[in-house]
Amino acid sequence: MADAPKRTVLYDLHVELGGKMVDFAGWEMPVQYPMGIMGEHAQCREKAGLFDVSHMGQVILRGEGVAEKLESIAPSAFTTLPEGKARYTFFTNEDGGIMDDLIVTNAGDHMFVVVNAALRHQDIPHMAKHLDGIEVIEIFDRALVAVQGPKAEDVVGELCPAARELKFMESTLADIVGVECRISRLGYTGEDGYEISIPEGDAEKVARAFLADDDCAPSGLGARDSLRLEAGLCLYGNDIDNSTSPVEASLNWAMQKRRREEGGFPGAARIQRELSEGAEKKLVGIKPEGRAPARQGVEVQCVDGNTIGAITSGGFGPTVGAPVAMGYVSTAHAVPGEKVNLIIRGKAQPAEIVSLPFVKQNYKR
Amino acid sequence: MTTYYSDDHEWITVDGDIATIGITQHAADQLGEIVFVEQKDVGDDFEKGDEIGVIESVKAASEIYAPVDGEVVEANGTLEDAPGSLNENPEGDAWIYKVKLADKAQLEDLMDLDGYKALIG
Repeated sequence: MADAPKRTVLYDLHVELGGKMVDFAGWEMPVQYPMGIMGEHAQCREKAGLFDVSHMGQVILRGEGVAEKLESIAPSAFTTLPEGKARYTFFTNEDGGIMDDLIVTNAGDHMFVVVNAALRHQDIPHMAKHLDGIEVIEIFDRALVAVQGPKAEDVVGELCPAARELKFMESTLADIVGVECRISRLGYTGEDGYEISIPEGDAEKVARAFLADDDCAPSGLGARDSLRLEAGLCLYGNDIDNSTSPVEASLNWAMQKRRREEGGFPGAARIQRELSEGAEKKLVGIKPEGRAPARQGVEVQCVDGNTIGAITSGGFGPTVGAPVAMGYVSTAHAVPGEKVNLIIRGKAQPAEIVSLPFVKQNYKR
Repeated sequence: MTTYYSDDHEWITVDGDIATIGITQHAADQLGEIVFVEQKDVGDDFEKGDEIGVIESVKAASEIYAPVDGEVVEANGTLEDAPGSLNENPEGDAWIYKVKLADKAQLEDLMDLDGYKALIG
């Protein structure tokens, strides 16, 4: 029997705000509020949206040499990650596939790690097994919310001046309405904004303080997905998984030069080979020319009718005002401007390979 | 004019042997914001239960099923440019097809408004 879905500490607030609750990775989460996905999406692009992401796993890694040890399971540089800085990375398997993507923050006396909700049960034992001598402490008593959008700095900064001082991918501890929070200037919408880890007992108080700002509205998983898709950000399980490599997924930027050259992480042989010779397929943006959205699984053909790949994420892009998609195509065809066909319900629909993102990222660097 | 309703949340009104078909407000509300409607062509025949179109919302794609046998005599072209009108007025201007009924007796298998209201609770 499946376990009953879990609820975050903000569940009652979601219901009060009219959130439509759905099961997501074993959690009962709001997919949308009365404003609707389009409205919430626009709100986040124009003002600020508040997302509950407490279902994601928060982990503390503490112990001697934690940065070096993390480098043995992930291809990013951690020994040179300054205190107060965060880095996007992923765990790789022996075949060079991606086990999960995550954010690692150097919090001074420990590393603070946020992993995907669906994979926390994989990632925690993985870290415990491979980070010899490191304490791996999963945090169950903190909520995580994201405030995202061009007004996020004002919404959060009004309550916490220190937040204004942070640049993209910087993190600090600071008080918000008398509650000590970890505030990190990052997110997964393509907009400026913050992710804020809050002691569970005070999470609702802090969330309500953000929502008291006229420029901040609650936003659900529906808008989160359309926002990250327009921003060209990978969703684990859709665009990246155990079989796809970081090179195929165009995530080379997350593997710093020293790590690419030295290797020393699982699957380095494949990843280094693909870095020098190129991968067979590549994740690209795909823009349908018609109005029909192309969803995950839709076949991509070149104009002569041969199959060259498949859509991994697709839907309607509210800011673009048209369908948008991401998917893998063979590298020879992974060229912006290349015309392709998408086989939607048996019919070939014209589309074009485009550069990602669909909507310019708006980070405060 | 009598309006009939199907289990699949379509409505159908009849004028002579021509019927107008659409989706109910309840269905539109459940689907969320509609961004694309795929329609059959004029002249296409279909049988009750056939898939006669697809409605794409921001979230997902949902099929439209024929509530009766018939033939498409007109597809509402305004849905191509304004699919969102299906959220606003699905039981009015945003009808989906006009069809020629093959067997008017099939209407008797559909629900009236009270029956439909009972279905959606």
